[in-house]
Amino acid sequence: MGFYLLKRLLLMIPVLIGITIISFSVMKVAPGDPVSLVTDLNPNMNEEAIKRIRAHYGLDEPVYVQYLKWLRNMLMLDFGTSFASDNRPVIDKILERIPITLLINLLSMGLILSVAIPIGVMSAVKQDSLFDKGTTVFVFLGFAIPTFWLALLLMILFGVELNWLPISGFRSLNYSDLSFAGRILDIAKHLVLPVFVSAFGGLAGMSRYMRSNMLEVIRQDYITTARAKGLDERTVIFKHALRNALLPVITLLGLSVPGLIGGSVIFETIFAIPGMGQLFYQSVMMRDYPTIMGILVIGALLTLLGNLLADLLYSVADPRIRVSE
Amino acid sequence: MKLKKIAILVCLTTLCLITGCGQNQQEPGTAPANRQTPSAAKKQYEPAYGDMIIRGSIGDASVLLPVLASDSASFDITGQVYSGLVRYDKDIKLEPELAEKWDISEDKLTIRFFLRKGVKWQDGAPFTSKDVEYTYKVIVDPKTPTAYATDFLKVKEFKVLDDHTVEVIYDKPYAPALGSWGQAMLPSHLLEGKDVTQSPLKRHPIGTGPYKFVEWKTGEKITLDSYHDYYEGRPYINRVLTRIIPDLATMFLELKAGRLDQMGLTPLQYTRQTDSQSFKDNFVRYKYLAFAYSYLGYNLQDWKFKDRKVRQALTTAIDREGIVNGVLLGLGKVTDTPYKPDTMWYNHNVKKFAYDPEKAKQMLAEAGWKDTDGDGILEKDGKPFEFTIITNQGNDLRKNAATIIQNDLKKVGIKVNIRVIEWAAFLKNFINKRNFEATLLGWGIGIDPSQIDIWNSKKTGETELNFITYQNPEVDELLDLGASTYDPQERKKYYDKFQEIIAEDQPYTFLFVQDSLPVISSRFHGIEPAPIGIGYNFIKWYVPKPLQKYHIEP
Repeated sequence: MGFYLLKRLLLMIPVLIGITIISFSVMKVAPGDPVSLVTDLNPNMNEEAIKRIRAHYGLDEPVYVQYLKWLRNMLMLDFGTSFASDNRPVIDKILERIPITLLINLLSMGLILSVAIPIGVMSAVKQDSLFDKGTTVFVFLGFAIPTFWLALLLMILFGVELNWLPISGFRSLNYSDLSFAGRILDIAKHLVLPVFVSAFGGLAGMSRYMRSNMLEVIRQDYITTARAKGLDERTVIFKHALRNALLPVITLLGLSVPGLIGGSVIFETIFAIPGMGQLFYQSVMMRDYPTIMGILVIGALLTLLGNLLADLLYSVADPRIRVSE
Repeated sequence: MKLKKIAILVCLTTLCLITGCGQNQQEPGTAPANRQTPSAAKKQYEPAYGDMIIRGSIGDASVLLPVLASDSASFDITGQVYSGLVRYDKDIKLEPELAEKWDISEDKLTIRFFLRKGVKWQDGAPFTSKDVEYTYKVIVDPKTPTAYATDFLKVKEFKVLDDHTVEVIYDKPYAPALGSWGQAMLPSHLLEGKDVTQSPLKRHPIGTGPYKFVEWKTGEKITLDSYHDYYEGRPYINRVLTRIIPDLATMFLELKAGRLDQMGLTPLQYTRQTDSQSFKDNFVRYKYLAFAYSYLGYNLQDWKFKDRKVRQALTTAIDREGIVNGVLLGLGKVTDTPYKPDTMWYNHNVKKFAYDPEKAKQMLAEAGWKDTDGDGILEKDGKPFEFTIITNQGNDLRKNAATIIQNDLKKVGIKVNIRVIEWAAFLKNFINKRNFEATLLGWGIGIDPSQIDIWNSKKTGETELNFITYQNPEVDELLDLGASTYDPQERKKYYDKFQEIIAEDQPYTFLFVQDSLPVISSRFHGIEPAPIGIGYNFIKWYVPKPLQKYHIEP
């Protein structure tokens, strides 16, 4: 097991380097650079100044030199300094945004799982029933409704008309004056709408996936056997069928690990939440290379780790699968 | 909000990019400000200290050291924290700020500033000529990545005469020089000898202005508190809190729910969503022309646009009133020159090309464009009149204006295509490479009328601003004369003539100047719209004691 883990971890290194090379090249192929965004159409800039600023950022060197320099810093876990006019360390910019993004994604993932799994199971057990059809319509409605539109409607209802919930942001202006419990309540109130809206759109995928897994499992012989033994339906479904149907969900969860730190631009813009989605979008628009690369590397690393984690969990959860030594 | 000499010519979209899309930012405004007062007359109240104003901004600030910043969101904050030697008053005239007064020598080459005594930095240190010297030096230092060096590189010599007197000497008379000293002064005692790009002041500014910095939560809010030792007296409002809300619809909901006190409205919000009595009871809307205009620029190296007659015909064929009504819902004004229609520099007597499709057709025929093959599109030398308007992504006003132009020109037999391109690619691959036929863009209008960078024949290098390659020696001469003349009345003569030539040449079809549409909670009193906008007397805004909403310890 330990050897397997080591092998997998070592194999990740070339993959990761490959990913960074591709990311770096694609990023460089895009027209424009951080300097021209500041200097072009700016009457106060002359050739001299532009050259100076390009040199300041190291953009006057060939692309491969820029890449190697970046890689060298990266190996020492130095993400570099942002090219945006704040010139802050990339790692600071990322770290200050990760907690809120992570929190929302975890909550919304939890909500999706706790609603989609029962819906999927029930739809499969009562295939083609009214419940099945009704939930299908419901989850696809969630899938189809544009996030920004639903968000605005809910904001108008709960924020303006009923005045029950805050409209945007993730904490109140007087947050720092609140007690500990008050703070938790404050954040919770702010997160109700964002978490609901982001989960609503994700219900369809997970519940349909669960439904088809379950359908496949209950058609199998051992379920027929279990029923033939005279076990009651509850035990058959929840004890014997569900466990097997849940296995593929592990893969899905493994794949969603990088998604936990990725945010959605539209969603964060609507709710005025300073998360990762906005940071990445702004960095791309400003050609802030170090920040873009920083986020991509973290995303790539998490994807690889998520895959590894899923594989390992598989062997734990399913006795039929063994990691080959 | 205080007007600094910043946005001079920086293309609006640069700001757009950083702040999301600037067309709805509160621009420093101008006259005639049209105040929409609530029907009931306000009761008379005494000014009082206290309360907080919560302002909405669609973009976060990037850096709070004014010499490094180039986005409007950052200037919104630094304008409250820092001050310059001079500033523009409500009538757009220069007035003393940190300089108590100044002398300009007979030959217009030397300006001597007498600094105000007793002014203190927000950390308690005294403000002296050392600070002015440092600010000057850091701006002209080649190592400083600043966008404001040009004006200061014209300074031949900078002399410190004593603690409160400095003298700047120029090579030749330069009229925009005095205004350029509105540049925010930096504290030398905190910055001298340090790398300005790595200074902690980037995120924690310390200035001499009316508000001092308290807190900045990235992407969330920036808090400023009143500075009680401000040399003009303590501001009435105790706290200025800027909330970053990137979406204008969300921002408007926050405003309606009473959690915001000030924002800039879109034309749609202004006309359709803020007319109810309950809204008018709680908020006051303002409307005045912004310091920016939009235009359709023709690449004059393209054979189709070389003939002035053709360009005049194009302007005649475009229904600019229709664009103002359709795109801005009437909240703006058609302009015929690159100046703001309500300022002293604007020349109202230039040649105008009013909308007249029949006349446009006739003018095009005179220029040799005729529909010879009967397909509805004009031809000349066998080639059809078809061209593409490019504009940048993220600005719907521009896209919509282009669509109206497309339709107008179709009526006279010209086929127009529209391409919307992401900003960085737009600059790099199209504008800088002169790889375009026509472009729909906007310019900020500087307070100083000098527009050499946009119109001078030589400013046509790859990244320079005369990207349409407009070349007219007479204009070059007039702009040079204008920039070296101090007397406003004499200056105006040069710029009037310049505008006449530009209007005749039509290198751009000048489209419109749009309105700034700020809305402010009605509990704030003392707001007096003026030609420069509303922000100039911010320290005199107040909330009467009985109306105060937030309790903020001073």
